[in-house]
Amino acid sequence: MSENRQRIWAPVLILVALVILWETLVTAFNIQQFLLPKPSAILGNLAQIVVLGGSASTGESGAEPSLGNRFFVVLPAGLSPETEENLRNSRWVEFPLAGRSVSVAPGSNLTPILAASWFTLKEALGGMAMGTLAGIAVALATTRWTATREALLPFAIAANSMPIIAFAPIMNNWFGIGNPFSKMAIVSVMIFFPIMINTLRGLISVDSRSLELMRSYAASDSEILFKLRIPNALPSLFSGLKVAGALAMIGAIVGEYFGGPRIALGVFITQEAALFRFASAWAAILVACLIGITIYLVILLAERLALPWHPAFRA
Amino acid sequence: MTEPVVVLENVDMIFGEGAADQVHALKKINLQIQQNDFISLIGPSGCGKSTLLRVVGDLIQPSSGDAAINGKSARQARLDQDYGIVFQAATLYDWRTVAKNVQLPLELMAFSRSERDRRTQAMLELVELTDFAAHYPWQLSGGMQQRVAIARALSFEPSILLMDEPFGALDEMTRERLNLELLNIWRKTGTTVLFVTHSITEAVFLSTRVIVMSARPGRITADIAIDLPQPRNSETRSNVRFFELETEVRDALRISEGGREAGSAPA
Ligand SMILES: Nc1ncnc2c1ncn2[C@@H]1O[C@H](COP(=O)(O)OP(=O)(O)OP(=O)(O)O)[C@@H](O)[C@H]1O
Ligand SMILES: [Mg+2]
Repeated sequence: MSENRQRIWAPVLILVALVILWETLVTAFNIQQFLLPKPSAILGNLAQIVVLGGSASTGESGAEPSLGNRFFVVLPAGLSPETEENLRNSRWVEFPLAGRSVSVAPGSNLTPILAASWFTLKEALGGMAMGTLAGIAVALATTRWTATREALLPFAIAANSMPIIAFAPIMNNWFGIGNPFSKMAIVSVMIFFPIMINTLRGLISVDSRSLELMRSYAASDSEILFKLRIPNALPSLFSGLKVAGALAMIGAIVGEYFGGPRIALGVFITQEAALFRFASAWAAILVACLIGITIYLVILLAERLALPWHPAFRA
Repeated sequence: MTEPVVVLENVDMIFGEGAADQVHALKKINLQIQQNDFISLIGPSGCGKSTLLRVVGDLIQPSSGDAAINGKSARQARLDQDYGIVFQAATLYDWRTVAKNVQLPLELMAFSRSERDRRTQAMLELVELTDFAAHYPWQLSGGMQQRVAIARALSFEPSILLMDEPFGALDEMTRERLNLELLNIWRKTGTTVLFVTHSITEAVFLSTRVIVMSARPGRITADIAIDLPQPRNSETRSNVRFFELETEVRDALRISEGGREAGSAPA
């Protein structure tokens, strides 16, 4: 139990330490924000901690104290009624601390970033579903036809090492830049090969004794497929899915770099960068990373549930 | 006399024929097995016992010679699901629990659900693994896995049982108990058993005939009828005749081992 807790806390502590180091270094060396924004500036786009009634304002010299885009904001009491009203309406929580009021509120760019993420996530998942289904279907089909497989597998392996993302502009042309299907298409092609190759490997690399056992019962090809080959292929299918999960968000976002609707995450990132709003671009990238990690964790969980017998989960 | 269950005529098995590393595993095997025979194959390691079993079970085709089973080809017998095989390695499916592994042939042979459950239950009781029905193979010791494989082979009462050192990984007590259980099943169901073992005692105790094979290329060097009274039980082991037969098998083995040099001359 305590060992488990340690496993979770160790990386969290390292992460926090790194973020603090990053913040101090950027401040100390006065690094320009287009090179590397401070983590606090990045996080400020997503969420803000606002302390009201602090004695010192953090450098806001204007007559009208504003919330700005920073992660941690300390303001003197007496905001304009308008600003205060806004904060009261939007904040998630408010609690008193040492005579001051602490609010946790969404950052100014949270809504557009979440909307864009949702749009791009749908592209990624749609592409992943299509690529996975196609990969499994082709793997199943070629299990039966050994000759076809032997002829096609070298091409599949070659295609798998090609930078398929390079076709993104072409897909944009084919299906229309604003059409989410153009991004789903590029994602599904990227994902097709790892899924297909991994599934096929699992379907054909069946232990010869296990096959002999089936033969001794005069099992039919379809019985061998369902009772031996498919269960045998599940672990490598899941390895393929983990690769695919990492590729899906990459494919969708990079596809959007080549053009897409304004609502897309890749387009949001390029536009913010073009407008020198680097902290907000980094915030969008951060959310994309979190989504990628979540997809991976979901696949991991599904694997655990689907393969309780797998060597990786042996206690 | 009824038609023999297994007839092997001049069976030769050469692996990788023509290649530099070809192995002449079986040479001129002639063997007839009658209905309800219990035949043990005994011989030095690598002499072709498993290969012979696989030829009978139609898992490999002999290089030359014929195998007829129940009056038909070995292939037809396999398609008719006449065989229950226990391999030298347990060969369980990792993704199936113990109970599900035992059920595999029952599923393939379209037994009803209730019948499947009943038989699985009975077989697990027989091999004393009832408490492990829901475990996965990796949670079992080697001997327990082998017992699951035995339960699986017996579950559908095949007309021919091919068993490749099924009790090799078991402790002495379990082995003796399962020996008696196997004889029980054999008597009750009237199956024909072809049994590979390295134990002379086990071979003599179980069998109606013991076939002794020589080192490569595997040939049959002795065919010893075991005329001990049936049913066999713990008294059988103290029978004077039991010791005589043990000695006879041991001598036959020694002679066949002695022939190793002559027998393994390049083909
Ligand atoms: N599939 C195969 N391909 C090539 N050679 C094989 C094959 N199967 C068996 N052999 C060879 O045939 C010979 C007999 O093997 P087999 O497994 O029948 O021996 P065995 O009598 O069962 O030995 P053990 O008692 O050790 O199990 C061995 O020399 C082995 O190397
Ligand atoms: Mg063997």
